[in-house]
Amino acid sequence: MTTTLQPAIGPEAPSKKRSLKRFERYSPIAATVVLLIVMLAFGGIRYDNFLSGQALLDLFNKNSYLFVLAIGMTFVILTGGIDLSVGAVMAMGTVIAAQLLSKGWSPALVIPVVLVISTVLGLLVGLMIDKFKIQPFIATLAAMFLARGLSLMITDRQIAITDTFFQKMNLTHINLWETTTNTRRGVRVSDVYTTWSVVIALLILVIAFVVLHYTRFGRTVYAIGGGESSANLMGLAVARTKISVYAISGLCSGLAGILYSFYTASGDPIVGVGYELNAIAAVVIGGTLLAGGAGYVLGSVLGVITLSVIYAYKDFDGGLNTGWTRVMIGALVLLFIVLQRVLVARRK
Amino acid sequence: MKHVLSNRLIWPALVLVALLLANLAFNHSFFNIRLQNGNLFGPLVDILRNAAPVVLVALGMTLVIATRGIDLSVGAVAAISGSWASMHIISSGDPSSVRVVLTAVGVALLMALVAGAWNGFLVSVLGIQPIVATLVLMTAGRGLAQIITSEKILYPDNSPAYKLIGGGYLLAVPFSILLAGIIFGLTAILTRRTALGTLIEAVGVNPEASRLAGIRSRSIIWIVYLFAGLLAGLAGLMLTSNSTSADPNSIGLFIELDAILAVVIGGTSLAGGRFSLAGTLIGAFIIEAMNTFVIQAISARATDVFKACVVIAVMILQSPQARAMVTGAFRGRKRAVVVPAGSVVSPGSAAISAPAPATPDTADGHTAATSDSILTKSSGTTS
Repeated sequence: MTTTLQPAIGPEAPSKKRSLKRFERYSPIAATVVLLIVMLAFGGIRYDNFLSGQALLDLFNKNSYLFVLAIGMTFVILTGGIDLSVGAVMAMGTVIAAQLLSKGWSPALVIPVVLVISTVLGLLVGLMIDKFKIQPFIATLAAMFLARGLSLMITDRQIAITDTFFQKMNLTHINLWETTTNTRRGVRVSDVYTTWSVVIALLILVIAFVVLHYTRFGRTVYAIGGGESSANLMGLAVARTKISVYAISGLCSGLAGILYSFYTASGDPIVGVGYELNAIAAVVIGGTLLAGGAGYVLGSVLGVITLSVIYAYKDFDGGLNTGWTRVMIGALVLLFIVLQRVLVARRK
Repeated sequence: MKHVLSNRLIWPALVLVALLLANLAFNHSFFNIRLQNGNLFGPLVDILRNAAPVVLVALGMTLVIATRGIDLSVGAVAAISGSWASMHIISSGDPSSVRVVLTAVGVALLMALVAGAWNGFLVSVLGIQPIVATLVLMTAGRGLAQIITSEKILYPDNSPAYKLIGGGYLLAVPFSILLAGIIFGLTAILTRRTALGTLIEAVGVNPEASRLAGIRSRSIIWIVYLFAGLLAGLAGLMLTSNSTSADPNSIGLFIELDAILAVVIGGTSLAGGRFSLAGTLIGAFIIEAMNTFVIQAISARATDVFKACVVIAVMILQSPQARAMVTGAFRGRKRAVVVPAGSVVSPGSAAISAPAPATPDTADGHTAATSDSILTKSSGTTS
């Protein structure tokens, strides 16, 4: 029954102006690409070595967890929902991992446990939203309190991770190529490297891309965002899909927690305050409609890179107040929301 | 009328009483209020004083939510006003001067008003959905506060006039309680003794219909966000004055959640259209009483988990689906399908409670769900 309906499920119904519309669909992403190029060029002119291979790779190396958070958030926002709990669930992941490792558990057991707990939490949130019709923002707000509170009950201070596997993931560099940089002390030869966390994040990205664009589940996600009652009338598995996206977001938050504990070799109950905003900002800047139904997970990746560039400005410029990075992110979010409004208005 | 009002508030009020009694069980001098140096002291006074900033923010939030909006930026606005006032007082040569403090308070509140106007502009003029519109200031606002203080934590601690706002006494009563009480009274008079409250509720039920009925819904929305911004600014002053420290990262952190929680506990629906100021007041007291209880009985670290459980419980109790399940369990299976179908027709919840109460295992359930959706669709096109 569903197979016969599939051609109509995509974010746009086919029409005679298809060739024009095809370009319009990508216009938010085009705006993001232009913005990113301008920002990179600005950084390159203003700071030395801003566009060096290592600096560009560091955009990924330092923010691998944010990529995973944004990918999970993309699923939720595509259905027209929102998940405010991702930062807290990520913190809970780091704390559970650190606590279990300090008790002598094996990483091969700890990582699945963290992923299962965060997925179950997301699942419960999804059930609350679907079964009791609680608005996503308040249900995920409750989950945020719960995850943050549980982490604080486990520990109220940072726990260092001494496990060899986590240490290895923290310190191992995957060397890609050699480069020579001109420093004040002369020419230096060094390896340009990335980390395993980035590889994991890329893997998640590939999976998310395939799931969203080449599976029935992915098409249902878009259909719910396009119009929930229509999706229901088409006989799509709306309830199951809606619950699943929150479970996916929980899973991604847990994984982000693991990556974060690789990166810092610690578990910290107060880490990630406000990361939900960063993840939402990345999705919005990446051109996904907050009302749901239109957007691309690759766009969210561009959004994260945009945020990473803003953080890189701060790293390269010692005198820059942290406040400016927040103001810049807020301004970009506003810019893209207004752009979305204009596009939606024109479509009508 | 009085009967209805008492009916709606009876449950939150009972919860508050139960919490106060539970506190008494742990601390036998909980209800004691003593006069020390001519000022009132005691656990109950502490609860009222700690609740004052939340009450202020929650009052603004109540009116915003009544228009079917939400303001997530209140914490950031509190950080901006608190940081600016502290900065001005410290950098002026004479922190104890009343004139300096008045200027600081005035300008800080003006900034909060500008922030509220900004939110109102995004929501009412640009038509951006409130969660998203206020998210912008939530992100950027704390950044502005950091820029104001140059990322430092400020200590405006030698200004008695500033200390009065959050930590001082007037006529034996903590000034913050008086201030919150006066503002509560003024808000109640403004909304319930004039048409303003009804207009706000009308906008919340259906902005387009109320506009066609001759209500300036755009101005009403603007007014509630201005009001929420102003009160958030005042709460920021109160918080920094009481703790005599201003850390842009932590002033009013998560106060938006406490405020939303107070509003929801007080019986104001997040779907908009009706509000209860007294309910919000009780809700804020419940949160403070619960915090005190959890800190005494378990530990300060457990407060967040408790709040989460309360939010979940209250939201599930308020949801028509949960009620339908309960009544369905009492009245037999057949009614359980009928009740949610009826709730779809009610105007406020139409869009939210659309298609799901289907029982997918039976053929009957499936057709019921389909007819639900058609109902929703048709009501969507007419409105």
